[in-house]
Amino acid sequence: MLKYVLKRVGMALLTLLIITFLLFVLVRIMPGNPFPSERMSDEQIANKRAEMGLDDPILVQFGRYMAGVLQGDFGKGTSLYYGAPIKTVLSTAISNSFRIGGIAILVGTLAGLALGITAALNRGRFMDGFCTVFSILGVCVPSYVFLIFLQYNFAFRIPFFPYFFDPNRFLFSTVMPSLSLSLFTMSTIARFTRNEMVEVFDSDYVRLAESKGLYGRKLVLRHVLRNALIPIVTVLAPLVVDLLTGALVVEKIYGINGIGKLMVDAIAGEGIDYNYVLALGILYSTLYIGVMLLVDLLYGVLDPRIRVSAKAEEG
Amino acid sequence: MAKKLTLAAPAQQAAYEPRKEDFAFLRARDIETDQNFASQGYWKGVLLHFFKNRRAVIGLIIVSLIIFFAVVGPMMSGFGYRDIVQTRNENNKRVVAKGISPQIPWLQRLLTGEEPSGAFGGYTFLFGTDDLGRDLWTRTWYGARVSLLIAFITIIIDMIIGMSYGLISGYFGGMADNIMQRFVEIANSVPRLVIVSVLAIFMPKGMGLVIVALLLTEWIGMSKIARAEMLKIKEQEYVLASRTLGARHSHIIFREILPNTIGPIITQVMFSIPTAIFTEAFLSFVGVGIVLPQCSVGTLIEDGFNNITTLPYQILPPIVVLALLMLGFNFIGDGLREALAPKIEDM
Repeated sequence: MLKYVLKRVGMALLTLLIITFLLFVLVRIMPGNPFPSERMSDEQIANKRAEMGLDDPILVQFGRYMAGVLQGDFGKGTSLYYGAPIKTVLSTAISNSFRIGGIAILVGTLAGLALGITAALNRGRFMDGFCTVFSILGVCVPSYVFLIFLQYNFAFRIPFFPYFFDPNRFLFSTVMPSLSLSLFTMSTIARFTRNEMVEVFDSDYVRLAESKGLYGRKLVLRHVLRNALIPIVTVLAPLVVDLLTGALVVEKIYGINGIGKLMVDAIAGEGIDYNYVLALGILYSTLYIGVMLLVDLLYGVLDPRIRVSAKAEEG
Repeated sequence: MAKKLTLAAPAQQAAYEPRKEDFAFLRARDIETDQNFASQGYWKGVLLHFFKNRRAVIGLIIVSLIIFFAVVGPMMSGFGYRDIVQTRNENNKRVVAKGISPQIPWLQRLLTGEEPSGAFGGYTFLFGTDDLGRDLWTRTWYGARVSLLIAFITIIIDMIIGMSYGLISGYFGGMADNIMQRFVEIANSVPRLVIVSVLAIFMPKGMGLVIVALLLTEWIGMSKIARAEMLKIKEQEYVLASRTLGARHSHIIFREILPNTIGPIITQVMFSIPTAIFTEAFLSFVGVGIVLPQCSVGTLIEDGFNNITTLPYQILPPIVVLALLMLGFNFIGDGLREALAPKIEDM
């Protein structure tokens, strides 16, 4: 098992390194001059270039950059925030985004599971139909549209929640963005849980457990849910990614200083801030690969069969 | 019948005498027709299953309707998608149809009995006009057309790339497969957002960026499915037979095996199209997608959002179109998947 874990972690790190290198190269070979040339002589520019190490081989530059990144130093922005160090801007952004995203994932997963289980236990009745309609709605309506709807009704027409994100009323102003972000997670998980549970309910081993006299909570939790959960874990990874994407627009609409809004500012503004693109690219890739790795490993913990086959592979 | 028997049973005496009114001719619908799936062609069976599925048919109707309106809708109103509707009022002054809520004059006449007033009283604006005075009916369907076109073009190219990649990788196996799959793994580990942001450095914002971003990401799913299908099929006898007869690799891959993998690939296409529409709407909303004066579903939602406090009706049509497109394509995809691999109990 340990070997399996190490192998997965190693692969993930290698992939991340390759992606980071590609990003670095792509951003560095950008056409354009980093210095406003009309105010500087050629000699000055050459000196500045040498001083900043822009003439070194790309691998050396990459090594230097990575050494900084590992210490949390991403350099400075070229146009955003008047060249403030990316590290400070990024750390507040990350904490904002993670709080809202974390609440969204938590609420979405728990509510989705509850809804899915209720639907599966009441198959063919009202809750089942409600679950179906809800999951269809969640897939068809983007999270930002839902946020716009909430914002218009509960912040503009009935001014109950703040119209824009307000760090001083954090809890209050988290409700709407988190809720709209969790909608997609909720509906996907609800649909998946329902379908998986229905399938497991019909399986032979549940019938056996029932015939041995098991019923109620014990049957549902230990036999049905555990087996139904395994495929659900696999959808969590794409869901987290969708959440990141959704957060981009949600943060833009609701004025949250998060990584999503930072990304929008970096690419959609007047000038593109290359250093932010690079830093955020590394951040997003790390998150993405980390989540996929986590799901892979979790899958092994939940499903003994995978552990066995991993052992056989080591064999 | 059954009732008569139980009545007659306890007595056990008089033999039953057939009477005329006890009998009736069998009508056609009383005879159970045997739908034998074994005797019909594969695609006929798939179609039959597909059209039996209520949801799939609803999806097909929705998508067809939207495509119909996307084609003819912009021509129906008589306004161009970038035309600012204007006229002269009684003082011969130019007035622009800014922010008029949805109006249908003949319906107004019917309901209130009064002639609709104002400079634009006689104009039909089914979805109203936006803050610049452009007809939203035209713009909505024009936007739907742009979104659909982007989705179709990119997904078809993605299908060709992904399918070829997956089939070749799966067919040759071994070292080639290993290298190709490592590449897919790395490509799959790059979040779409990062690809978009790097593209934004190299490309001007606009339709091109959306198309390239979709081209770079959507082929991966197709290639995975094509490879899985290839691995399933390539050991079958007919492939071996073809190889024994001396067929070239390209012939075996694209002529012998490809037609048998097309079902799952089409299903994947049906799921990729809504993803493409969604991504386009998202990128346009963020501001790296379609640029003015062009419009797509995404930019229309953004326009609506910007004017939501003053013209709240403006955001509804593009959202409804987007949601219906997602719904329709997802229903079609589900229906196709079920029709291509029916479970025993559905038969």
